[in-house]
This record gives sequence, C-alpha cells and structure tokens, in this order.
Amino acid sequence: MSKLSGLGGRLYRGETSVNFIGNRRRWYMLSSVFVLLSIGALSIQGLHLGIEFKGGSSFTVTTQNPSVTEARAAVEEAGVTSEAIVQLVGDNKVRVQTGSLEQAQNDAVQDALAAKFSVSASTIDTQIIGPSWGKEITRKALYGLFGFLLVVMIYLAMALEPKMAIAAIVAVIHDVFITVGIYALVGFDVTPATIIGFLTILGYSLYDTVVVFDKVRENTKSITSSSTKTYSQAVNLAVNQTIVRSTNTSIVALLPVAAILFVGAGLLGAGTLKDLSLALFIGLLVGTYSSIFIAPPVLAQLREKEPAMQALAKRVNARGGTAVAASSVPVAAVNGRGPRNQPKRKGRK
Amino acid sequence: MSTTNKPIKTTSRPGRTLAILGLVLVAMVSLVFIQGSTQVRLGLDLRGGTSVTLQPRIAPGDEGKVTSEAIDQAVSIIRQRVNSLGVAESEVAAQGSGTNRQIVISVPGDTGRRVVELVGQTAELRFRQVLASGSGIPTTADAAATPAAGVSAEVNAKFAALDCTKPENLQGTGADAPTDTLVACDRAGATKYILAPAEVLGRQISKASAGLDAQAGSNWFVSLTFNGEGTSAFGALTSRVTSLPEPTNQVAIVLDGLVVSSPRITEAIPSGNAQITGSFTQLEAQDLANVLKYGALPLAFDRGEVQQVSPTLGADQLNAGLLAGGLGLLLVVIFTLLYYRALGFVTVGSLAIAGLMLYTLFLLMGEWIGFTLTLAGIAGAIVAIGVTADSFIVYFERVRDEMREGRSLRTAAETGWVRARRTILVADFVSMIAAVLLYVFSVGGVRGFAFTLGLTTIIDLIVIFWFTKPALVLVSRSKFFNSGHPLSGFSPKSLGLSVAKEA
Repeated sequence: MSKLSGLGGRLYRGETSVNFIGNRRRWYMLSSVFVLLSIGALSIQGLHLGIEFKGGSSFTVTTQNPSVTEARAAVEEAGVTSEAIVQLVGDNKVRVQTGSLEQAQNDAVQDALAAKFSVSASTIDTQIIGPSWGKEITRKALYGLFGFLLVVMIYLAMALEPKMAIAAIVAVIHDVFITVGIYALVGFDVTPATIIGFLTILGYSLYDTVVVFDKVRENTKSITSSSTKTYSQAVNLAVNQTIVRSTNTSIVALLPVAAILFVGAGLLGAGTLKDLSLALFIGLLVGTYSSIFIAPPVLAQLREKEPAMQALAKRVNARGGTAVAASSVPVAAVNGRGPRNQPKRKGRK
Repeated sequence: MSTTNKPIKTTSRPGRTLAILGLVLVAMVSLVFIQGSTQVRLGLDLRGGTSVTLQPRIAPGDEGKVTSEAIDQAVSIIRQRVNSLGVAESEVAAQGSGTNRQIVISVPGDTGRRVVELVGQTAELRFRQVLASGSGIPTTADAAATPAAGVSAEVNAKFAALDCTKPENLQGTGADAPTDTLVACDRAGATKYILAPAEVLGRQISKASAGLDAQAGSNWFVSLTFNGEGTSAFGALTSRVTSLPEPTNQVAIVLDGLVVSSPRITEAIPSGNAQITGSFTQLEAQDLANVLKYGALPLAFDRGEVQQVSPTLGADQLNAGLLAGGLGLLLVVIFTLLYYRALGFVTVGSLAIAGLMLYTLFLLMGEWIGFTLTLAGIAGAIVAIGVTADSFIVYFERVRDEMREGRSLRTAAETGWVRARRTILVADFVSMIAAVLLYVFSVGGVRGFAFTLGLTTIIDLIVIFWFTKPALVLVSRSKFFNSGHPLSGFSPKSLGLSVAKEA
C-alpha cells in the first residue's frame, strides 16, 4: 500500500509518467476491437432479455427437494404446452419460466407446482409480466439514456469546457457499447434491474472523468501564456497526477458492488441484487478504463486542433525536449524515464 | 480561484461546524422518537405480499380523450376496491405523470389472487332506476316483507340482509351486469338500494361539468349532456319515472357497483341536457362531474406486472441485502484504513454519520411521504457507500498533492479543500442528474434504487462539507498527524517525498 502511495508522489511530480496521450492509437485500437466485437456479438447473438421484456410468468418454489423434472411435469399437468424454462436456483429453489399465460393458466401452474412439491400455493413466489409491459420499460429506459446524455453534456459544457463534455460523452458511449457487448457475448440475462445498474454506471463513469478533467483544466488554465508544455503534455500530466485517485475511487466503488454481487449471486441465486450489481461491476471496470484511456486522449485531440494550441505546440518543440522536466521538478530529468521520452513522442506529431 | 496558489490563512472554524452538524443529527434523531417511527417501512419484496402494476389501455383513436382526471378517477375506483380487502397498509399509487401513468397496487401478506382479480376489472358507469332504498344497516326480514313492484322475494331478502357498514360491501367488482336487478350501497355506506336494470350507460354521456348558479350565488350544480342514443334513452327513462312515487322517481348513477348519486327526476328530460342540483359544495359537484366524465370513456387496464413474494423470500432478500451492505462497508473500511492509516478513521467516522443520517431519513420519510425500502433501495444505499467514500478520496488525495508541493498539512487541508470542493460538487451533481432521471424514467421497484442513490448523494455533500472537511482541519492541527508518523497517512514516505523534513 505504501509503495502505491509513494508511486502517487512520483506520478504527481511527473517523475514516473505513463504516456497515455501519446499512445492513444494503441488504446483506440484496443477499444475499437472491443466495440467491433460488441457490435458483432449484438448482431449475431443479441441480448438475452428477461421475461420482463418479453412478457411471461415466473414461478419460484422453495422446497427441501427441488427437482427440475418434477417441476416440468407439474407445468405439463397444468396444461401449459408452450416452452417452459425450468432451472434450479440456489440449493432449495426451483424456478419455472413460461411465456405469456392467461390468468387462469397462471393459477393452474401455481396450483400444480404447489401440489407437486406439497407446499402451500401462497409460498410460491410468482411474477407475471404482461406482453406490452416490456415495450413500456424499453421506451422509458431509452428516454432515460438519451435524456441523461443530453443533460450531462450541457451541464459539463457549462461546468467544465464544451470539448470536455464531448470527450466525456464519447467515453460514456464507448462504455455503453462495450458493456452491452459483454452482456450479448456472455449471454447474461437483461432485466429492468440490469438497465438501472447500467444507467447508474453512466453517472459513475463520468465521476472519474470529471476528476481527471478538472485537473486538466487546472493544469491548462494559462497554458498558452507560457511555452513549457503542449496541451497534450498537460493532459498527460493531469492523467498521471490523478491516476492514483481514479484507481482508488474505482476500487472503493467496486468493493461494495462486489459485495452485493457476491451475496446476490451466491446466496440468493438470482434476482434484483445480482442483476443490478453485475451490470454495475462490469460497467465500473469499463468506465474506469475509459476515463483514463479514452476520454483524455479524445480531449487532447480535440483541443490540439485549435490554432492557439498548435502554435503552442510549435513553440514548445522549438524550445526543445527538456522543457517539460526542467519546468516542473528538476529531479525528474535524472531518474524519470517518462518525461525524457515524452517530448520526443510529442515532437513526432 | 486565484487564492489557491497562496497559502490560505486557516480562518475556518471546524469546531463550530462540527457542533452544528451534531445538533442537526440530534434534532433528526429526536424527531424520529417524537414521531414514534422507529422502524423502516419495508417494501413488499422484503416482507412478502402482492404488487400489481396496471397500465391504462388506451384504444387507438382515443389517445386524446383520456384525461388526467379520468386516470385519477380510475385510481380512486381501484383504491376503493383494494381498501375493501381490509388489509392494513395496502397502497394504491399512480406513478408517472399525465395520462402516461401506471397504477401500482401493493397489498402485504397473502391475498394474492383476490387482489389480482379485483383490480383487473373495468369499472363502468350506469344509470338505473331506484326501486327501493333504505338505511344502510341490515333490516329484519318482516320489516321489509313487502317487496317493491317488480322485485323478486330473493332480491328483497338480499336487500334486507345487506350491511353497508361492512367494507366488503363497499367494494366495486365490476361484476354488476347491466341487465340484472342490483342490490347496492352508496359510496359512503349510509344508504342501500334496489336498482332496476341499467337503461342509460356512461358511454352515452358526451359532456359533464360542474357549474355555479349565478343567481343563487353559492349553489353548485352538475350539468350533463347525452349523445343521440343517450338522449332518447334518458328521455324515455325520465318521462317514465318522473310521476312515480318516492323513491321510484329517483335515478341512481352507479359506478362500479356503488351508487354515486341518486337524483330525483323532477321532469321529463327529452333534450339530452340535464342538470343535477342539490346542496353541493364545489368539491362534491366537481367530484360528481368527474365521475360522469369518466363514465363517458371508462378506462380499461392491462396488468403490466404482477409480483407475489412470499414472506420467506422477503426475509431472505432482506437478510441478503443487509449482509451485502455490511460486507461492502467492511471492505471499504479495511481498504481506507490500510491505505490512509489513521486518516482512514476520518473516513470511517464520515461513513458512520452518513449511515446514521440515511437511516433516520428512511424513518422520517416513511412517516412523511410513505417511503418504503425495497431491495433495490438497499442496493442503492450500498452502492452509495462507494460514492460517498469517493468524495473523501478526492479530498485526501488533493491534500496529499498539496503537501507534495511543499505545503504543511495545516495549510494543505485548506488549499486542498478549495480545489477538491469543485471536483466533488461537479461529480456529485452528475450523480444527482443520473438519480433524478433514473427516478423519472423507471417504473416499479427499481425506482427505490434511484431514490436512495439521490438521497445519499445529498447526504454525501452534507457529510463532506460539514464533517469530513472540518474533521480533517481539526486533525491537521494535531501533533500526531503533523509529525509525519508512518501511521498518520501523511508520512513523507507515503507521500513519496524523498527528503524527510523532520527528524
């Protein structure tokens, strides 16, 4: 732990520096591969939607001796001929999921299951979803997603900088694609709880990005009045300075989510807790990645296009490569690997 | 932020801020005890029960005709039906806004199928001639021995036995067939009626409104207009009954099997325009007009979602939620103590205060706005542990950055705060936007998640401004933290400073 803290100090002063911005092509490539994989998985496999979206009924029987075959027999006895999914949940539950049924059929299945496992019908947990319900939820979720992106973009443009807002949104859309892709690829169930977890992630992913961008803003406040750093270099320093913070906030955010996932998936088997925390868990990881590897390079690229920033880059290059290290901390030039090669890379573009 | 580069004089008064926060906490806790709300209200998924979400079914072409009032009316009809079950803490609530609303019915305990059947029926409005009426209590058989004209002895016996003071008789079931002779109570349960088969239907009303008699000044009335079919049907009904003796000259307006009003017909009304007068208050007149308007376009509902949770599963989910919360909290505490050493105790204290605030708010809001804690809500609170701890990390790391630039802990606690504050405000505001939108755009139980997330974001701000910051300023004045002790979290080594400043 203390090693990590020491690292924080070196990163802060620029002694240890990872070239996040200069290597952006590498990260872009990596993300492109993931996004393409996601699109591929989505179009080939599609998402595994829960009954909440398709309509249908779900019955969960809690019993000492759960059995898939017995449950299946009970469903057939109740006269339900359509495809039913029967699975064991935990070690004392069996769950039956069917397509949309009439109310009378629902009652029949419930009674048949109760008789088969000799439990009272009222102890069977049921969930019945109407066929039009899914459309309603999907519609609302989409409204929520677009509303969120729009409002956040406007807010960030006002609170930070317009181009920061664009870069942040690019990162968020990147997160959305990859998370959805993972769901399609692995075939996790998508339920309303998943969607909620997913929308929450958007807020969370932005939290990390905001921390980085705030530092960028501070580092670049009067950047054009000197000629020590290009905009990209200033962004890179900001990412390095905040990386310990980002890592820590992500770890701390992940810990409780992991606890929910562990308890939700391990003890309850399935349901709201598992769906919610799984989406959060995956999304948090992707969000942390994008707030370091995607959002800052995109921002740097956007800003470097400005004439003022290009002029700055020229001035910095003219002054030679040592400028960065010399201006921040003298020691850095001696033992820091990062700063020495950083200007060289910059010089290339 | 021109001040950030200069050392800031420590003018803040951490002690006072902490004292104020302490007072606020004491006030909140005592409010809880004064109100006597010592238990968080649990949602049905945590204690068992049935919840049904209904969606209005709006036929194509009728989109514009369904008004917000019609939905209100439907909600109150359903509420009346659910209340008739007599289950304590049953709830009927509309979610969403305008005509795009869902109705969520939650009934605790084991009443499953009855609830589902009860709320699914469409409530219709009908006009029926009154054949007999009486006080709402059961009458002895001989007192009502002479059946009114056209009433069978069987119906008469039913009428005599009917007790309108019982809740189950004040429920509408939608099962009142229009062609039946009906025995019914009025909505208040004060009067009971024998009613003839329906002659005019609610759908035959084209307009209804409440108005004020301009001459009399304080007399409210309700006027209604029928369509073509309704005009002739109502004309025939009124001209037939107007000369009959009491109470057969009354026409009952029956909604969902309950009599809303039973005006006496004073003249034949062939024009299709009628006025109901009486000693109405404004509210009563408007209520009646709304009932009539609703009758013109009765709303049918689709069952969107029916969820039945047994008390066993409820208890399991509650335990799992609490366990996950405890585990999550423990992990975060261990991490902050390992990483920030003694400074971690400031975090632990902050989390404890945030937890206390959240718990008391759960209690108070249960009392004030009927807040119920669902499993998704618990998940929201657990996720919020991370969000809250994040703010501390942003602040602490800032302070350490300031110290790396050579500032003393005392100064760094102030200058770091100025910078961290902005970041925290922006980040929390984004979380808040997310929570509000999630709340608006979600339906059912998962709403609880958005609600707790929003609530905890606000608590996070309160705690970091009023507790974490002043607490850090206080400890920054202490010898231990300024000594650079390895356990303080501010040792030169952990900051990565190569030169120790102090022996």
